[in-house]
Amino acid sequence: MSTEINKFERFEDPGLPAHVLRKTDTDPIAANRAERQVAALFLLSALGTIGTIASYIFIDSKKFIYLPILGDTNAQQLALGTGLAASLFFIGIAAVHWAKTLMPDEEVIAERHEFRSSDEDRADFVSTVKDRAGAAGLGRRSLIKRSMGLSLGLVGLSPLLLLRDLGPLPKNQLATTSWAAGVRLVTDPGNRPIKPSDLEVGAVAQVLPHLPVGTERTLENIGKDAVLLIRLRPEDFNLNAQRLSWTYDGIIAFSKICSHMGCAVALYEQQTKHLLCPCHQSTFDVTRAAKVIFGPSARPLPQLALQLDAEGYLIAKQGFTEPVGPSFWERNSA
Amino acid sequence: MKQSERIAGNVAGYIDDRTGAAGWAKKNLTKVFPDHWSFMLGEIALYSFIILLLSGTFLTFWFDPSQQEVVYNGSYAPLSHVTMSASYASTLHISFDIRGGLLMRQIHHWAALIFLAAIVVHLLRVFFTGAFRKPREANWLIGIGLLTLGIVEGFLGYSLPDDLLSGTGIRIAEAIIQALPVVGSYASFFAFGGAFPGHVFIPRIYIVHVLLLPGIFLALITVHLMLVWYQKHTQYPGPGRKETNVVGYPLMPVYMAKAGGFFFIVFGLTAFLGAVASINPIWLYGPYTPGQISAGSQPDWYMGWLDGLVRMAPPIETHAFGHTISWNILIPGLIIPGILFTGMALYPFIEAWISGDKKEHHLLDRPRNVPNRTALGAMSLSFMLISLANGGNDIIATHFHLTINGIMWFTRFGLIIVPPIVFVITKRICLSLQRADREIVLHGRETGRLVMTPDGEFLEVHEELSAEKKWTLTQHLQPTALTAPGEDINGVRSKAAGLKGKLRARMSLANAEQVASPTEREARQLESGHH
Repeated sequence: MSTEINKFERFEDPGLPAHVLRKTDTDPIAANRAERQVAALFLLSALGTIGTIASYIFIDSKKFIYLPILGDTNAQQLALGTGLAASLFFIGIAAVHWAKTLMPDEEVIAERHEFRSSDEDRADFVSTVKDRAGAAGLGRRSLIKRSMGLSLGLVGLSPLLLLRDLGPLPKNQLATTSWAAGVRLVTDPGNRPIKPSDLEVGAVAQVLPHLPVGTERTLENIGKDAVLLIRLRPEDFNLNAQRLSWTYDGIIAFSKICSHMGCAVALYEQQTKHLLCPCHQSTFDVTRAAKVIFGPSARPLPQLALQLDAEGYLIAKQGFTEPVGPSFWERNSA
Repeated sequence: MKQSERIAGNVAGYIDDRTGAAGWAKKNLTKVFPDHWSFMLGEIALYSFIILLLSGTFLTFWFDPSQQEVVYNGSYAPLSHVTMSASYASTLHISFDIRGGLLMRQIHHWAALIFLAAIVVHLLRVFFTGAFRKPREANWLIGIGLLTLGIVEGFLGYSLPDDLLSGTGIRIAEAIIQALPVVGSYASFFAFGGAFPGHVFIPRIYIVHVLLLPGIFLALITVHLMLVWYQKHTQYPGPGRKETNVVGYPLMPVYMAKAGGFFFIVFGLTAFLGAVASINPIWLYGPYTPGQISAGSQPDWYMGWLDGLVRMAPPIETHAFGHTISWNILIPGLIIPGILFTGMALYPFIEAWISGDKKEHHLLDRPRNVPNRTALGAMSLSFMLISLANGGNDIIATHFHLTINGIMWFTRFGLIIVPPIVFVITKRICLSLQRADREIVLHGRETGRLVMTPDGEFLEVHEELSAEKKWTLTQHLQPTALTAPGEDINGVRSKAAGLKGKLRARMSLANAEQVASPTEREARQLESGHH
């Protein structure tokens, strides 16, 4: 609540300052000059349009030119853009210059009126509403009121229900991958099986599960199946017995799908043996079973158990023992 | 009569014969709008929206949102024979094989960035000057709605090309949906038509992006502008400007020329940016596949604060009874933004409740004269800027040779510690500025000219302010504290004051902390003291 304690002591409002004439108001030469300036600006715009048309027709659309700062630039796109920009920009500048120099610049005062209607109108309004609402009889007929509430409350359900077929039920799809006992690791890209000798110490490879012949690999598969293979020296590991048994001769495999929000955990730092997710910088220590050492992720990357098959290729000893990727309500993380 | 006048008369007559609009039109064609550069911020947002409609329509002629796999055979050689979705391929087609296509894509993207930047700066102007006060609360709410939808619309837009960067953004959005307690997995499978990424998400968000949201925008913007028109624009205080009038230039011709011209200026500058400033070069990222990513993944700027919050969230999940709740996603991704936007929407009502002010306001506040509001705004802004900075922590780390860990810990603590400090400092600055206003009104402007009196005394000449300036600095009314309910005028407790009442009294007391505005009487007293 504001008070006007100093109402009678306030400085006085001196009122709108006297209008000052511009040079163009008093000097016809200046006014004519302004007119020519406005015309020149409109002409620049016209030139811009002509330039745009010319560059559309005459410049080879596949030609790239090198410009300082901009680098390699498509000549036609650049010419079209600058032409278009000029044709628009100068119309604007011309109009504003016109308004500022030649149109009246004397400020005018318009009165405002309070939005509030007269007390009489308001009272009438309220009584009309009351009267009309009473005419509907909603207050008296409680049976109608309740049944209407019920039907209006329910009617929104049908369109909601019709959205049901937007997608299938998730079932256990968030918890499963294509990895299973005996599935070979194959390179991505290349789709070749991998022998331990293919990986030197310090090397990283993205692998996917070998899919049975005739099964197409979809992006949905990759989004769950992508695995990073990293080879360290076996003595670098700091794992419990079970997790150590999931490695093979210094080779360890983790889900590449971040346990935070599902980005690909693609940055491997050889010196520190850390995996970093470029989205939100969750950092996982490879030597300690991808334990989270920094960032927002709350869980390690799931580890895939490895072994060799009879031909000496790397295979999964079993599928993932927990769901990969970001958390979800049904995930049993205990 | 000149020929042009006769034509104008005929046109007006033709329209009036068929609509009877003469009465309405004569009033509205000379409608007065106040002039100030800060009133053009909302205009920039409006014009960017028109640019978005025009450039976006152009893009739809070639863009194909389908996720059908195709083999690229366009003229961008590095991706030749690469299998990709039709949406990525058609975006490449627009960029490399349609004359002016890349230009339009870049204009569209720049216009989107400018659209949201203009909305945000316009919102700050409205907030800091108190333009949201009665009777404009509804327009404030519409504005918040436009900002919220604008962020969503921008995100959907840059998600359409299905490149490696945007696909990663969708993946993160999916993780947020999936993190919803109870319904998360279902919501995600319904939205994506199955497991991520699926084939239907981009076609679905395409129709939302080009039809549903633009339609809602059009409706909201129309109402927003009609309210501005009907309620008349606010104006800054100054000589001759009152709560009961509006001082400025008439719509026709001055504002038609200025505002119309400004549209072309905004369009021209956006086109220039589109011509010379490369933005979102999707061909460098490659098509999306969930197994790959590029380093330095960054969303558009208006999503950066959200991303920054997600990055700095502590790694907390609850595992209980076979269920998981990801607080590390829910808190930064939904709960904090929800609180921020709800608080922002409710602010006009909260402020009116605290002040008990039920009057209409058409004169804007100078931010210094409302220290608490200004400090609250600065505080919120610092919160957003810290979050935004953390959204770019990887970029900041490489550019300034800092560690990501260092930045993350700095922002984690900074987010809690800095905003209150900003509040206190801003409030003090406001009060200092009020004091400076008081000084300058009472003692005049320091001219730097020294004169020596006959007695050998040195004095600096102070130049008295003009009457206009004095009025501008002193016209505002200063708030007084409400007495808490249950207390009499002397603050003596009569009955138990509720917690709500106490809180209100406490805050209104804080609002009343002001440097007394100088009065004419004080000036006269000083005057007589001097001589």
